[in-house]
Amino acid sequence: MSGALVAAVLTDPARATVLTSDAWNALIAAARAEQLIGSMAVRLDGLPIPPAAARIMADARVSAEQGRVAALWEAEMARRALAPLGVPVVLLKGTAFVAAGLDAGRGRSIGDLDILVPRESLDAVEAVLLAAGWEWVKPDPYDDAYYRRWMHELPPLIHRERDRMIDVHHTILPPTARPTPDAAALIADAVPLGNGLSVLSSEDMVIHAAAHLFADGDLQGGLRNLWDIDRLVREFDDAGLVERLMARAGRHDLVPATARALRLAKRVFGTPVDGFAPVASDALFARRLLARDGWGRLRHKGTEFGFYVRSHLLRMPPAMLARHLWTKFRKT
Amino acid sequence: MLRIGPVGFRIGSDWRAPIGALGDLYRDYPLPEDGIVDFNVRLFAARPWRRFVRPAVTIGGDYMLPDALPLPLAQGLLAAEMGMNLQMALAQRRYLLLHASVVERDGRGLLLSGVSGAGKSTLAALLMTRGWRLMGDEFALVDPATGLVHAFPRLISLKNQSVAVLQCAAGQARFGPLLAGTPKGDIRHLVPDATAIAAMDRPAVPALLLFPTFGPAEAVRAVGAAETFVRLTQASTNYVALGERGFATLRRLVQDVPVRAIDYADTDSGIALVERLWRELA
Repeated sequence: MSGALVAAVLTDPARATVLTSDAWNALIAAARAEQLIGSMAVRLDGLPIPPAAARIMADARVSAEQGRVAALWEAEMARRALAPLGVPVVLLKGTAFVAAGLDAGRGRSIGDLDILVPRESLDAVEAVLLAAGWEWVKPDPYDDAYYRRWMHELPPLIHRERDRMIDVHHTILPPTARPTPDAAALIADAVPLGNGLSVLSSEDMVIHAAAHLFADGDLQGGLRNLWDIDRLVREFDDAGLVERLMARAGRHDLVPATARALRLAKRVFGTPVDGFAPVASDALFARRLLARDGWGRLRHKGTEFGFYVRSHLLRMPPAMLARHLWTKFRKT
Repeated sequence: MLRIGPVGFRIGSDWRAPIGALGDLYRDYPLPEDGIVDFNVRLFAARPWRRFVRPAVTIGGDYMLPDALPLPLAQGLLAAEMGMNLQMALAQRRYLLLHASVVERDGRGLLLSGVSGAGKSTLAALLMTRGWRLMGDEFALVDPATGLVHAFPRLISLKNQSVAVLQCAAGQARFGPLLAGTPKGDIRHLVPDATAIAAMDRPAVPALLLFPTFGPAEAVRAVGAAETFVRLTQASTNYVALGERGFATLRRLVQDVPVRAIDYADTDSGIALVERLWRELA
């Protein structure tokens, strides 16, 4: 399966030096499908690989660098718009990785700008962003109301001139999910970058990635999230990291998701953490994460559908899910 | 698998017919270098039964548009061509991509840029029959490192009346099947001549840029640098994505190359006008 090939080459880039042309084509297609082509290209830089592959990787590195510049510019635009409010603004995910100069940001594809602000500032943040040129993406009143009442973020906004989305979070999981992360602690312990923006603490960065991957969503694009976790853990690694991580995860109600993330990262990318022996259900998660064929298509439709259902069950209690699906069904 | 200019493609399909048609029309093209392709195109049935019942070809690949409408299987060849164009438009980052046809003479390139229906493909195909080397009827690939334009001589996509015009002018050439009733009207593909294929690895120095418009009475108008620049940003699919490289590449092109907007009412006078401007300006 080509998803496994992507993981193997990311873990041990030397494996790319002995691939057949068919394997190269499968590797590139699957890495693109998982949005890992830029990370792959950074890992393969300087290795002796066929010229045609080297050109594709060079393109991907240039593309990722342009993406990094654009992501940092977008963060700066948001900073300028929000500065008069004087509220803390914490960058999340890809933009945070590149802003902090972390390994996890090298070659990473970055889509939307994700920021975290205190919940009590949400209304003010929203008003300021709307005044600065951001507009609603979802004009549907039900979707809008749903986001505002039940989600951990504002409905997505897009900037009318730069065509870039911003997701404004007030915590890292929907309030309807069972775990309740300590959003105030996330912001209180954030690390300032010196330009008015900050990023989550090392531990919270890993826990957020784990929460995003295993406590929310259907694992779509999850291999990239797991790669983030591997890179973060390797970079932050010192004697006490895992203990601090699990203690902090306890505070956020996210011990199972964090432990799952470390087990899966160890299983798929060989992340160096002591303990974290596999449990039976990990195999199913790995199957979902690595389910790309030689054309980059998703295999195992049954597994995919199972995780889709799981994502909704995680996100809301059954009665609420039934009401939500009924409303959505009537609208389509 | 095939290579068009510097770009290798792998095309997969749930049906045999589109691959057969492509294999026939592209039979003289080389294979991708090292057997490694730049882009994958996949023609597939969005629902399993659409393979057999009123088969509908959805265009996929490394990069996809979310709401692309499927085409009937009889237009599978067009779907494959659109799939290759789509990968280029969405993800080509090595070259600045301009919607333009390109022909070459003595190592110097003539770029014809315009909206759909301006006659880019028709003029380029006719020039090919008159001894110019065809470099492409859809995209000009401008190298940010050198400013040279690279060839991308895919099948020439002729629409509606221009099919008959070229059947008359290029009787010996090979044509694909007539694809009637496509979203862009009747389409028939013309295989570029042997010179275009044999020389496709040779880039050219851009020497003249024309913005043709088909219909109004003959006219030639100078176009200022600022207008040219803006028009070309609109004619480019990846100008924004290339960032500063895109800006620098386009600025160099606009500074170095003479530009005219031309109106022409029929293809014969259009060709005469293009060749006259080439003699005067290039």
